[in-house]
Amino acid sequence: MNKKFKVILPVAVIAGFLSLAVWYLRHTTIPILEPRGPVGLQERNLLLFALGLSLFVIIPVFSLLIFIAWKYRESNESAKYSPDFDHSRIIETVWWLIPSLMISVLSVVAWNSSHSLDPYRPLNSTTPPMTIQVVALDWKWLFIYPQQHIASVNLVQFPKNTPIDFQITSDSVMNSFWIPQLGGQIYSMPGMSSQLHLMASQDGSFNGLSANISGTGFAGMTFVARSSSLKAFEAWAHNASQSQDKLSLAAYNKLDRPSQNNPVAFYSSPTKNLYGTILAKYDGPGTAMSGMYTGGSASMSGMGMQ
Amino acid sequence: MIEFASLLGKLNWSALPQDPITAGGAATVVGGVLGVMALLTYFKRWKWLWKEWLTSLDPKKIGVMYIVVAVVMLVRAGTDALMMRTQQAISVGSNHGILDSNHFQQIFSAHGTIMIFFVGMGLMFGLINLIMPLQIGSRDVAFPFLNSISFWLFFVGVVLVNLSLVIGAFSAAGWLAYPPLSELRYSPGVGVDYWIWSLEIAGIGSLLSGINFLTTIIKMRCKGMTLMKMPMFVWTVMGAMTLVIFAFPILTVTLTLLYLDRTFGMHFFTAGDGGNMMMYVNLIWAWGHPEVYILVLPAFGVFSEVVATFSRKRLFGYTSMVWATWAIVALSFSVWLHHFFTMGAGADVNSFFGIMTMIIAVPTGVKIFNWLFTMYRGRILFATPMRWFMGFVVLFTLGGIAGVLLGVPAIDFQLHNSLFLVAHFHTMIVSGVLFGYFAGITYWFPKFAGFRLNERFGNYAFWCWFIGFILAFGPLYVLGLMGATRRLDHYSASLGYQPLFIVAGIGVGIIALGVTAQLLQVFVSIRQRHESRDTTGDPWNGRTLEWSTPSPVPYYNYAVTPEVDNRDPFWAVKQARTAGVAVEPQHYEAITLPKNSAIGLYIGIFSFLIGFGAIWHIVWLAAIGLFGAFVCILIRCNDDHTEHHISAKKLEQLDKQARAQGGLA
Repeated sequence: MNKKFKVILPVAVIAGFLSLAVWYLRHTTIPILEPRGPVGLQERNLLLFALGLSLFVIIPVFSLLIFIAWKYRESNESAKYSPDFDHSRIIETVWWLIPSLMISVLSVVAWNSSHSLDPYRPLNSTTPPMTIQVVALDWKWLFIYPQQHIASVNLVQFPKNTPIDFQITSDSVMNSFWIPQLGGQIYSMPGMSSQLHLMASQDGSFNGLSANISGTGFAGMTFVARSSSLKAFEAWAHNASQSQDKLSLAAYNKLDRPSQNNPVAFYSSPTKNLYGTILAKYDGPGTAMSGMYTGGSASMSGMGMQ
Repeated sequence: MIEFASLLGKLNWSALPQDPITAGGAATVVGGVLGVMALLTYFKRWKWLWKEWLTSLDPKKIGVMYIVVAVVMLVRAGTDALMMRTQQAISVGSNHGILDSNHFQQIFSAHGTIMIFFVGMGLMFGLINLIMPLQIGSRDVAFPFLNSISFWLFFVGVVLVNLSLVIGAFSAAGWLAYPPLSELRYSPGVGVDYWIWSLEIAGIGSLLSGINFLTTIIKMRCKGMTLMKMPMFVWTVMGAMTLVIFAFPILTVTLTLLYLDRTFGMHFFTAGDGGNMMMYVNLIWAWGHPEVYILVLPAFGVFSEVVATFSRKRLFGYTSMVWATWAIVALSFSVWLHHFFTMGAGADVNSFFGIMTMIIAVPTGVKIFNWLFTMYRGRILFATPMRWFMGFVVLFTLGGIAGVLLGVPAIDFQLHNSLFLVAHFHTMIVSGVLFGYFAGITYWFPKFAGFRLNERFGNYAFWCWFIGFILAFGPLYVLGLMGATRRLDHYSASLGYQPLFIVAGIGVGIIALGVTAQLLQVFVSIRQRHESRDTTGDPWNGRTLEWSTPSPVPYYNYAVTPEVDNRDPFWAVKQARTAGVAVEPQHYEAITLPKNSAIGLYIGIFSFLIGFGAIWHIVWLAAIGLFGAFVCILIRCNDDHTEHHISAKKLEQLDKQARAQGGLA
């Protein structure tokens, strides 16, 4: 009775716990597994593929572990005991090979996907891309629309099925620009412009955030990324362009001051080449690498190792 | 910019705690120190502490001191973890929890810093000091005095981190303090300077240890122990110390440059003015990634010893294991960029580092298969060390798979800095490093204490850690996939994170029970020491040289240094001789051992002054520290009487006595 109980109890607890977990996961959104755009979709598929491939390691290791540990336990006198069995060329070759094979396959995948999903690479689409400039500030996100002559804080809206060319910098410390449901992130760094191409394939509001610690207001540095029809976007942009708040240099400098949990705000007519001006703030004497706004070159010329 | 004019630099009354949470932390530190001092006074143990421990140059004593400090720091940084998860479990929506964001950020910065530098490194250097000289049949390390300096520099690092709770504040810039956030402009307080100087000083200690242990392995092996006859633990220590020697200078230089930026207005890593923050990120990870392998390689060595002993079988694939170790050593310097694929280095660079990262999984996988085949056709005794090993294989394999996923740059773009990443590296470090050293401490404990650790409490500890770990970090993998980034002190309720954070918090609580069980284990074991006394010197039917000595090991290790012709020398001797007949030395010769020295401790005190002076910009204090440390070294260099001799006759007498007590006669 007691012995039976000792087996049944943990099994019941584990089963109960697992079903609770499954129930929870079914009733909650898991953005990275439920992408809303082609980049996120490919990244998710890649994740699932690599996970599937890893079963070739997990299954043998776990079955060997359970089988060997059970069979060769001390109390099992009938199991074979060979205290000097300490090498076998064949067996060892096999397990230099199993992980090597898995890694070879994955290496090819890694190489190809690094290139096809390079954040700097423009997306394939018949629709021409739209540029949005992103500036990480303490502690909010500023979005500048050079084509629409508007700007917004903590809300970025764009038409669906249109490739968005995010050009990203920071006028403060390092941050990371991330919209999990649309695809991977990239750092925003002062004096440097990085680039991220994303696209939404349906209407929706997605959470965006900074994924790199940036000081006191870091946790509140979230924004909403909203995709809509082209028409709705144009209406929204028109609305924003009517805003009384003009993003002059003075208004920008005011916005630049540290503040936390900022509400959404809109600005009309941002000062000409504001993004370039922000980048140029970090051009110092003798700088070879910082502040080189090249309009989105993929090079990290500032690696400092040349 | 620089307040060197004032006699006390930046130090003034406002550096003392101003609010309840800081005051609580300060009170704990001050209370703890005063409590220990009171106990020492009450039991009249000051002299004992000074003579037997603080001034000892015996690596076994130094090893124990490392482990004691590391365990205290495990409790400290574990408390940090409890506070963080409590905050994250409740700070949702309109509730802002118990900590403000600055405190929260200080706490996770301290948690990471302490766990890596003072828990992981402390347990590792502790075990190396205890075991490695014994395993190579040596009486000592190559440079016993340097060993003492290393320990005291490590200890100064610990003191500085914890002093920041009482005077001033700690860094809030994360455990690696990326600029520009860690630059003076964005972190004007002394927090980052505490971080810099704590690691600067402890890091130099680590470098000296690396040189010391590598030299010991190369020069001080006993007769007959060729490289390919060294125990696996010694091989992995050799690999790790090679990494220490190459990696730690990078850390020292990087921290120095950051300090120059902060203090002298230089522009190595600043935003603008020609500074380059990306350089810092590259440098810190060029140290940081090898550091992970520095911690884990000796733990792999521990597992190799444990699995062979408890399976009563020779280690399977020894040659493969040696090659796998050195493959890891070499590869670990070619993967650092995978910590920042999202910096935008371009597809070619990212692919290269991604593929190198995945390749490192191959030798690691080989090690796991070899351990499994060591168990194959063995007679496995599932004592506590073996349980830690089993837990390690399960968790490490899963965590390793998560690591391979993160190694694919395009997948990493989605998971970088997320809680998935946090879960991954905790899986690797907790199961690989902590479980490894826990197994090692349980396994070798009788060799130094003379009695075994209680198995029942060991078992409780294991299950609390294992189950607690799954509950604490399982939800984090899911949270990462939900788009939760690390280091959030608050989040919106609509994100649905809260239930998972609550489960994670419960998991950390269960881990805390595990730590409690471990502390109780030591306490109970000391009380029952008479029943669990190791009277044979060989409680586990061991294989390597250390088990041929009586327990506890005499301070000279071996009266006569052994000679070996086998990979498992003690096992071979046991196989060869008739039961019950011990091999007793026939001929004794006089030996020399280092005398105690307090100079290492004094150098530590002066280094503390350097650090404290540099942190608070008190120039005269730093100058005294520098001068004092220099004078200490001069004094030691001119001391010709640093060793004492034990005559052959005295040694024979001591040895017979130890063997009689240890049941070896």
